[in-house]
Amino acid sequence: MSKIVTKKLNLWYSQFHALKDVHASFEDKRITAIIGPSGCGKSTLLRVFNRMNDFVDGVRTDGEVLIDGEDILNGRTDLVTLRKKVGMVFQRPNPFPLSIYENIVFGKKIHGETKREQLDIIVEKSLKSVLLWDELKDKLNSSALLLSLEQKQRLCIARLIAVQPEVLLMDEPCSTLDPQATARIEELMRELKSNYSIIIVTHNMQQAARVSDDTGFMLLGELIEFGKTSEIFTAPKDRRTEEYITGRYG
Amino acid sequence: MERHFDHELNDLNNDILRMGAFAEEAIYKSVEALKARDRELAQAVIDQDTMIDQLELIIDEKCIDLIARYQPMAKDLRFITTGMKINNELERIADIAVDIAQRTLEIVDKPLLKPLIDIPKLAQVAQKMIKGAIDAFVNNDMDLARQVLMSDSEADQLRNIIQKELIEDYMVKDGSTAPRAVQLLLIARFLERICDHTTNIAEDVIYMIQAKVVKHHPERLQDK
Repeated sequence: MSKIVTKKLNLWYSQFHALKDVHASFEDKRITAIIGPSGCGKSTLLRVFNRMNDFVDGVRTDGEVLIDGEDILNGRTDLVTLRKKVGMVFQRPNPFPLSIYENIVFGKKIHGETKREQLDIIVEKSLKSVLLWDELKDKLNSSALLLSLEQKQRLCIARLIAVQPEVLLMDEPCSTLDPQATARIEELMRELKSNYSIIIVTHNMQQAARVSDDTGFMLLGELIEFGKTSEIFTAPKDRRTEEYITGRYG
Repeated sequence: MERHFDHELNDLNNDILRMGAFAEEAIYKSVEALKARDRELAQAVIDQDTMIDQLELIIDEKCIDLIARYQPMAKDLRFITTGMKINNELERIADIAVDIAQRTLEIVDKPLLKPLIDIPKLAQVAQKMIKGAIDAFVNNDMDLARQVLMSDSEADQLRNIIQKELIEDYMVKDGSTAPRAVQLLLIARFLERICDHTTNIAEDVIYMIQAKVVKHHPERLQDK
């Protein structure tokens, strides 16, 4: 079942045409990787899904982005609700300068949850789902800034999960991590897949091949090819995809 | 963009080409030894097999090394995995040439049962198929790979003719011919097996070029 569908999606940063007629369908409870060279529009596409591009001056979008059938580009979309439903993990983990506990309940408090017992349950559940509970349960009041990079990235994922999103957007979530930490985040993504739709932007093609079910290849703002990961990486249909994934592009 | 990887793939390509030439030569020599009743040539086929075995190991190792170091994708991945499979098929073909040479050594001192006509014909079909399959691999030639697959029925027919003649005209009529007739039957069977291995190579080449699996799906051969 499609979770996110884009139809004739175009985006401009002032005069620069960053997304060109993107038609795509992102399936529910699957991991979709978006790959392509720097500047191809993959992060821009990801940021359309929770309207993060709205913060950029001179941005203009047209076409449709349907999430569960509803167009999120219309003026009536409540951005707080949208970003609760569609959460984002960034390249560099960005915990707030607060305790581990406060990081996790931050979003929940914004959405009105104040009961301590309820918040305790959410903290435990969120940390368990990112496999951090056993490591951190005795230091929940320590600063989140003291954690390792990998733990910070897991914490950021836990912070998203606490507000019960449906879609997780991940923009190069492992690019600052070492290979072991990367492998553990990838395992976590596989664990999370049964409950969330995950879309990951990555420069690391091996990572896209390992972790995703579907892959889209973008070039100069266009979605060139979209299909099952196993097919894209063994038998791509478009010559440009073939050249990019075999390292002949550029 | 030129890649260092391309040089390594080219080296692998040349090694597989060499392996193909050795396999083709082994079949040619084994059948020549039978025709000419040449004990030394038959023994040379057997002796040369060690070198072919070693080349098989070298090629396998190169393929594994390239996969480990470059983590190839798409057509690079298909080229290397196909190269590995073809390498193994060619080594089996060379082993069968050794079987033919061994059967030849069994009968080389005995009077010839009959003039050899169809066995050399079958050997020619086998050699042509191997050459075609290797050329198809090297030149990414789909049509040639298809032709190789089509040739297999010719090999089957020749094997059937040889089998029928040896059984009905010799073994049934004169039981004393059986020891020599059985050796020729085996040789015909070996040559036909070589053609079967060659069709495997052609099927792998089609996968490499078009990412289309025709093995066990002959109907897909018709699809463009």
